[in-house]
Amino acid sequence: MTTPARTPSKGSVSKGPRWLSLRQELAPRRRALLFALAFALPLLLWSAVSYLPFLWHPLMEVTYAGDETVAGDYDYLASGMLVEKDLFAARNRELAAAGKPAALGIPRNPIYLPAPHEVARAFYTAFKTPPARQGDLWLHESLLHSCRIIFWGFILSAAIGLPLGILCGSLMLFSRLFEPFVDFVRYMPAPVFGALAVAIWGLDDAPKIAVVFIGTFFPMVLVVANTTRQVDGALLEAAQTLGCNRRQLLGHVIIPAATPGLYRDMRILLGCAWTYLVVAELIGAKSGISAFLYQAQRYKQFDNVYAAMLMIGLIGLFTDQILALLGRFLFPSENGGRSLKNLFRPRAGESNPGVLGGIAP
Amino acid sequence: MSPFSYRNQSEAVAERFRKLKQRPVVLEVKDLTKRFGTESNPVLALDNVSFEVHRREFVCVVGASGCGKSTLVRLLAGLEQPTSGSLLLDGKTVDGPGADRGMVFQGYTLFPWLTVKDNVMFGPRMKGMSRAAAREEADQWLSLVSLDAFADSYPHQLSGGMKQRVAIARALANSPRILLMDEPFGALDAQTRAQMQRHLLHIWKNADVTIVFITHDLDEAIYLADRILVLKPRPGRVAELLEVPVPRPRSTEQFQSPEFLATRRRLEEWIHPGSETGTSHVDELPRLRLTQVGDEVE
Ligand SMILES: Nc1ncnc2c1ncn2[C@@H]1O[C@H](COP(=O)(O)OP(=O)(O)O)[C@@H](O)[C@H]1O
Ligand SMILES: [Mg+2]
Repeated sequence: MTTPARTPSKGSVSKGPRWLSLRQELAPRRRALLFALAFALPLLLWSAVSYLPFLWHPLMEVTYAGDETVAGDYDYLASGMLVEKDLFAARNRELAAAGKPAALGIPRNPIYLPAPHEVARAFYTAFKTPPARQGDLWLHESLLHSCRIIFWGFILSAAIGLPLGILCGSLMLFSRLFEPFVDFVRYMPAPVFGALAVAIWGLDDAPKIAVVFIGTFFPMVLVVANTTRQVDGALLEAAQTLGCNRRQLLGHVIIPAATPGLYRDMRILLGCAWTYLVVAELIGAKSGISAFLYQAQRYKQFDNVYAAMLMIGLIGLFTDQILALLGRFLFPSENGGRSLKNLFRPRAGESNPGVLGGIAP
Repeated sequence: MSPFSYRNQSEAVAERFRKLKQRPVVLEVKDLTKRFGTESNPVLALDNVSFEVHRREFVCVVGASGCGKSTLVRLLAGLEQPTSGSLLLDGKTVDGPGADRGMVFQGYTLFPWLTVKDNVMFGPRMKGMSRAAAREEADQWLSLVSLDAFADSYPHQLSGGMKQRVAIARALANSPRILLMDEPFGALDAQTRAQMQRHLLHIWKNADVTIVFITHDLDEAIYLADRILVLKPRPGRVAELLEVPVPRPRSTEQFQSPEFLATRRRLEEWIHPGSETGTSHVDELPRLRLTQVGDEVE
């Protein structure tokens, strides 16, 4: 431990970047705290709106409708009904005028906003409830099925889109030959291919995979080509002066230089794939998480709707965080990451600034 | 005022130049012309440039900004095609970039995804050298630039000076006939630059390599070069190919020697015509803002 040359006054001790430093990464603990808050704050807001009746709760659930014999504009009020507060108050005025006891009710939110615990319960029971018909899939099986569709659609699209995009970004020939048409097809929304896909591939998984493929492939080619084009030309020139031929330039310079950027692109495009999944699963025989979502929407089971949305979000967040973590190890040259090889070694140059620029005798 | 002329060579220096000129010509530039731009709006960057460089010679190219120094070195590297004229390396016409001409750029061009050692191994590996042999080669060059300790670091972990030393090692690991350097130390602070200059001379002494070094720093040119090619701007032409009369080995003490000052005056006449006294040297000193401060301790 070294004592600082100047003793900073209390409160101004800066351990690393401060909360409001411009364009500077925060300390790891603060980062983790903010990550937790990013989810805790919306949850807190949702809970507040759900559990604090004075905040919103525009409806009343009628528990006791009062004397039905009292005639009036609102005498249809019945126990169990969900009515607006104004209407409830009007009925109570009618009852009061007749000298009868007031109707009773509990303040409620609209059914499209279930409380957190209701969604949590729906989330839990969705996995615990056996399928209605024999042979149908459990929810976790449906989810797995959805992931499989995404996986194959995305892998196929990357298997063709990545090489094609890299070629378009490297060779004018490919760029001029493919990009105009790809750009043209990109504007057709993937769902319009749904009927076509079913006609070609039938009702099974193939048309669904095809829709995810079509949805991700065309933007992928353009995005990959663009990222590849952004490789620093100075690196290419340096490689050429080192005797690189054209093939080596592509394989040993352009591709590795573009890879970190391409990896980021893939993460973003994987997110887009979920958009197409939700459409794809509704064509032909409805399947996967979208079928569950569709069912819940039809019967207005909004707790299930939220639960399904939550599942998709969680799977997305989880895969993206895994990929981000993996990326840090795969691309050690990006922003201070480390390779697995050097993970446990101190970083050269970092701990010993005195050596910078120094020349050993 | 000083009667000393930059043409006055001591016997040792004259002898050195006699020997140098007997060495074979590595690089021969004949009537090199380079025109940029469109037919209607051409920019003549280089106009009939001719010179020769001998084996193991250290040639510096100086000239005002925009006079075609970078264009010249990019033509030598094969990164640009000449409009007319010829470029011969060991008698063979230069046609596109190749491993026989290494280059160090002003900007940092190390491959960020490779470690320092892998960067140095890059050229040999591309030539088909086995990994083991390339690694041995890289180790040698890294120790010549005193960066053995950083072999496994990544470029983003190095300082600017270290990056350029790796770039030099990377270029030399290819055993090029000629090393082209385009203001390689231009982005470095003065102290690091001085170290790099010393270091470059050390490398040059220990490697069989001819160097063409672009700079706009006249002291740097005189300190490093055997001969200095002075370019005149718009269009870029050869003003003079000047023999540096400062004896080797060079040291910083020579900066005040009559040979050094005479050479400097001569270069300045070319580059800043009009200003007779060597004032630009003063220009480079940091300007201090004077304020009224006492030296008492409160
Ligand atoms: N690619 C290019 N296209 C058009 N003009 C260029 C190009 N490269 C250089 N030039 C012009 O050629 C002249 C010489 O430039 P350059 O060789 O970079 O000079 P220096 O390196 O001596 O500063 C300048 O006038 C510059 O504008
Ligand atoms: Mg230049």
